[in-house]
Amino acid sequence: MILMGRSRMSEAVSALDGLVWDQGIARIEEVGPQGMITLRGDLGSGTIKDLATGVTSVDMPGQSEANCVADRGICWMSPDELLILCSYEDVAMNLQRIQKGLGDAHALAVDVSEARATFRISGDHVREVLAKLVPVDLSTEAFKDGMFRRTRMAQVPAAFWMCNDHMVQIVCFRSHAQYVFDLLKTAAAPGSEVNLL
Amino acid sequence: MSNRLTTGGRLLDRARQMTFSFNGVRMKGYAGDTLASALLANDQMLVGRSFKYHRPRGIVASGAEEPNALMNMGSAARFEPNQRATTTVLFEGLKAESQNHWPSLEYDVGAINSALSKFLPAGFYYKMFIHPRPLWKHVYEPFIRQSAGLGKAPQQPDADTYEHFYAFCDVLIVGGGVAGLQAAHVAGKAGAKVLLLEQAAHWGGRAPVDGGELDGASPQAFVDRMVAELSGMPNVTMRLHCMGAGVYDHGYVLGYEQLDQAVRGAPRHRLWRIRAAEVITATGAIERPLSFAGNDVPGVMLASAVRDYLINYGVCSADRTVVVTNNDDAYRTAIALKNAGLSVPAIIDARVLPGDSALMAEAKEMGIRVLMGQAVAKVLGSKRVRGIEVCAQAGEGAVLEQIRCECVAMSGGWSPVVHLWSHCGGKLVWNKDYALFQPDLENPPTGADGLPFVTAVGCAAGPITGTDFEGLSLFDTLRGAVEATISVCERQGIRLRDMPKVPTVVEYDEEPLHPIWLMPQGAGPKLRQKTWLDYQNDVKVSDVQLAAQEGFESVEHAKRYTTLGMATDQGKLSNINGLAVLAKALKEDIPQVGTTTFRPPYTPISMGAIGGEARGEVFQPIRRTPMHGWHEKNGAEWEPVGHWRRPYAFRQNGENTHDAVMREVRNTRANVGLLDASTLGKLIVRGPDAGKFLDMMYTNMMSTLKPGKCRYGLMCSENGFLMDDGVVARISDDTWLCHTTTGGAERIHQHMEEWLQTEWWDWRVYVANVTEQYAQIAVVGPKAREVLQRLGGMDVSNEALGFMEWADGTLGGFECRVYRISFSGELSYEIAVRAGQGQAFWDALMQVGADLGIMPYGTEALHIMRAEKGFIMIGDETDGTVIPQDLGLHWAISKKKDDFIGKRGQERSHMTDPDRWQLVGLATLDGSVLPDGAYAVGSGTNANGQRVTQGRVTSTYHSPTLGCGIAMGLVHKGPDRMGEVLSFPGTDGAIYKAKIVSPVFYDPDGAKQNV
Amino acid sequence: MLMLTCPCCGVTGEETEFTNGGEAHLKRYGPGTSDLDFEAYLFLRDNPKGVHFERWRHTYGCGKWFHVARCTMTLEIFGTYEAHVTTPPQEILAKIKSRRPDWIARIPGGGSE
Repeated sequence: MILMGRSRMSEAVSALDGLVWDQGIARIEEVGPQGMITLRGDLGSGTIKDLATGVTSVDMPGQSEANCVADRGICWMSPDELLILCSYEDVAMNLQRIQKGLGDAHALAVDVSEARATFRISGDHVREVLAKLVPVDLSTEAFKDGMFRRTRMAQVPAAFWMCNDHMVQIVCFRSHAQYVFDLLKTAAAPGSEVNLL
Repeated sequence: MSNRLTTGGRLLDRARQMTFSFNGVRMKGYAGDTLASALLANDQMLVGRSFKYHRPRGIVASGAEEPNALMNMGSAARFEPNQRATTTVLFEGLKAESQNHWPSLEYDVGAINSALSKFLPAGFYYKMFIHPRPLWKHVYEPFIRQSAGLGKAPQQPDADTYEHFYAFCDVLIVGGGVAGLQAAHVAGKAGAKVLLLEQAAHWGGRAPVDGGELDGASPQAFVDRMVAELSGMPNVTMRLHCMGAGVYDHGYVLGYEQLDQAVRGAPRHRLWRIRAAEVITATGAIERPLSFAGNDVPGVMLASAVRDYLINYGVCSADRTVVVTNNDDAYRTAIALKNAGLSVPAIIDARVLPGDSALMAEAKEMGIRVLMGQAVAKVLGSKRVRGIEVCAQAGEGAVLEQIRCECVAMSGGWSPVVHLWSHCGGKLVWNKDYALFQPDLENPPTGADGLPFVTAVGCAAGPITGTDFEGLSLFDTLRGAVEATISVCERQGIRLRDMPKVPTVVEYDEEPLHPIWLMPQGAGPKLRQKTWLDYQNDVKVSDVQLAAQEGFESVEHAKRYTTLGMATDQGKLSNINGLAVLAKALKEDIPQVGTTTFRPPYTPISMGAIGGEARGEVFQPIRRTPMHGWHEKNGAEWEPVGHWRRPYAFRQNGENTHDAVMREVRNTRANVGLLDASTLGKLIVRGPDAGKFLDMMYTNMMSTLKPGKCRYGLMCSENGFLMDDGVVARISDDTWLCHTTTGGAERIHQHMEEWLQTEWWDWRVYVANVTEQYAQIAVVGPKAREVLQRLGGMDVSNEALGFMEWADGTLGGFECRVYRISFSGELSYEIAVRAGQGQAFWDALMQVGADLGIMPYGTEALHIMRAEKGFIMIGDETDGTVIPQDLGLHWAISKKKDDFIGKRGQERSHMTDPDRWQLVGLATLDGSVLPDGAYAVGSGTNANGQRVTQGRVTSTYHSPTLGCGIAMGLVHKGPDRMGEVLSFPGTDGAIYKAKIVSPVFYDPDGAKQNV
Repeated sequence: MLMLTCPCCGVTGEETEFTNGGEAHLKRYGPGTSDLDFEAYLFLRDNPKGVHFERWRHTYGCGKWFHVARCTMTLEIFGTYEAHVTTPPQEILAKIKSRRPDWIARIPGGGSE
């Protein structure tokens, strides 16, 4: 099944067109467009694993984990769902490859690149900025590299992982992009360091 | 006049003088002062008027328990009422005003209430304001409004910002006195992740004021050493100015931090949302007042507060201070005053002891007169203490002598701060020997694992009875903290490397207190009416006694009847004394009467902190479609639909909203209109069992739909009620795309997942919500096809793409999927493109359609056009009690299926009742618009004496197409009553007459959409 | 505010991440069933003071439904378990028995024990 290919790629616009803010204790940047494919199926099957790792060239993550390198990666969304990250330009090709590879297997692969917005928060206080908005233990001991967390960010759903110790990547729904950007700005207000995490 | 001593004041930085104002008068203080200490230093004892009688009130306490010194602070957008002077740290330029006075603090007209106090007894409001009713409006209410209430409400939005912060720890310790520090030290050394909160600006609590020796040094040295060592532990976090506000289920604790706002734009308060595996409350104890006549006159203070102001801030509250007590601790105040060179004319000790205790002996040695077995009969003075009359405690108040003084330092003993222990269900026990409630170790608060998670230590735990140790002694406090923390660590599996040692302590042995609940013991009615229990709410001993007499036996009832403990201080000073008076009046023991419930927060916290970041732009999430910005720039008036914002109408060239809507309808029907339909839910349903599954989800048959075709579907709840509708497209053999209503995408997605996960988990179906992947634009009107043809790229003719079909292709170079569906009755295409290309595609449509009259339209035009066609709208024609059959949608309910969600519900007798109200059209006789929601009346009245109704309006509009009002409604047996005229009384008093007609007002044959 | 561990993704999160779905292990009664059965299925709930088996969804997390055994009085969580069962698993029942020896099991979906 192919749900719409693509043309006019040059016109792809992310939700906030790359908006940046760095007047506070962290730098907030909307990044994108980022290629994303939702892949639902039996995550234990070799086919799914091979396809996911094949198109991303990263290892299969464990439960509630993500393996991401630059704009490629696999995020464990639920026991029967993966989020495949790839460059925006490669989505159609990868989707086709996955769908072909799935053959008759019962699975679902859809392009969700445009349904989401992606943010990167960077600086020394990223964990604290995030900890003002999500009910998650973000201390270095508790939230480590490779972990992937879906949760509530203030009043909307969001998912995030640490790119490194000073950078976190956040994915939310596209329609919430401005709200999430404004939230992050509020949480990163100048002088709002907690000096804890 | 200054009450500041030339030396002393351990918390002061005398090098940094600060200017502030109180009621407009400029005053001076020092860095380190609280507002209360600075006011006292400026001899400002009178700080407010009481709530009910407007009696003059002075500073009583030195901490969070202060009932009187509540201030209006700041101004304009930073104005805040009810701020406690005792916990407000002084800063340069601080502006404070006293509350509840008129016209001035010194001369208050409302004080006449005080003279009338015998007419304002407990339950006054309940008794007096019921009859006669007319007096309520013209006399009582204006009177109460003028005289009641504490601070003023702010007039402007708060200019500050606030935030939340989620924190997690093994051991949370609330209270940074010696017990809290000791507990943190033990847990920290054991390696636990520790968070230590202290509400005040300093570590150490009372110990540095109260004296003694710890490990051979002063308590201050001990505190300094603890703080230094704790600061060096990476696993320990310490916060001053951060109050543990409340303890909740499963280790959830709120911390309320006041920030220094050093940088412009920085938040003012931070609400810590803490999850702790273990909570240790080291919240200390609060001194109790004594109940004697005139105990509310400014200058009557807690003995500990007098000591605090002297030692912490170098402030003498008065030249001459009489100490009144029932315990040894208050002698410390007398000794400290004497050491500072101040006069202590007498210590009035209500006890009769066989010999002198150590503190008593020391006081006597200093030459202080100690009057045993005596009491205060009455305080002299009104705006300031002038002296006291002394009597025997055992008597009825016959005056033995008068003593001149300007301050009375009273102590009725100490009550552990058990609030945080109690918030989440911890029970209390009455300790008879010490006359206090303390945590019941047998009944602690329990957490997610069912095991205790709160431990009280130090004075907050109360005396550890049944041991050789003195209760509430320094040694006991530290020993308890060490031992309890060891247990906490063991419970958490945290291993202690070295066994912590309890510091060696040198301190006075104290004689136990004698409970004194009324002074003198036989005080008559006259004295009892001047003996205050609750300062803030003006509750006296006589009020509580009256409540008991009138049958308010439960403490919870007596509290509400008298308002004892219901003010902003929540009875921190008054509760135990009030309880004791109630118990005596009921001739019961205190534990039988019990306490009222302790509820969070411990002291009031700002609304800003509770709201956190959720203000202004981010008060609520607003969902924006890819074309949101364009709509905003082009005159959109917004309609909230769930969190989405949809354009209601696009106003052009100064036209009003109604005119814009009419224009949009006419233009769409005559030319072509564009609707942003991106908010409609889009769910992909795929799998070998997807058809079977959708047959269960929808009332009609979806498994028989051919690929390439669309079908309108209805979704019901198991109850049978209609909950959503939308067009379903079959994409391929095993894949469907289901459209939902705008508000329905998440709800219907979850509904599908719920059935798949919890009922039919063996069915092979996957669902994905792809709503936001696409921008969806409806191109609607007779010229719609021409617009698309001009873009070019795919065949959109009726032959290639018939009504209720869909096709993939390109239009103007945009990859898209085109659905030939119509919600307006016109030739209509809904086109989905990638969200990121939505704006470009919208622009392309506007451009090629310009000379065809293309215009955007909003939700109101959409509603009117669907109503003209008789199409129902979820939420208008449905309200959770309507089944599809009520709406004449039998054609969309499959009779062939054995089962679907809602089928069984619709078979119930009430659902098949022919008397149900059913959908019809309503045409007013004069062409006017029926009021929305109006009821059609029948003849006669029902059993309740109400007018019989026989129908109601569900949708009503002015139709520009027909040039008259059109409406839909649910009417009793409506479809059988075509042509009948119904009466709809409006709220404006008019009766609207409307004829029952078909709900399809426009193009009933569907000729326009099918071209 | 409760803390719950989702057995589907392993996350322990606060209540705001989850949605309660009411009593667990109900049997669906569809067309062809009696009015009494249908009424009981739709409306009649035990609402016990004490041990309760209930449905929760990890709404803001993995999105999966699961079951919780919880004391409605003390809020003690005896355990969480997967949604794809019609009766509580033995280890959950054993845990409840160990914590509430007097509890008389009225196991939903399994009659009385």
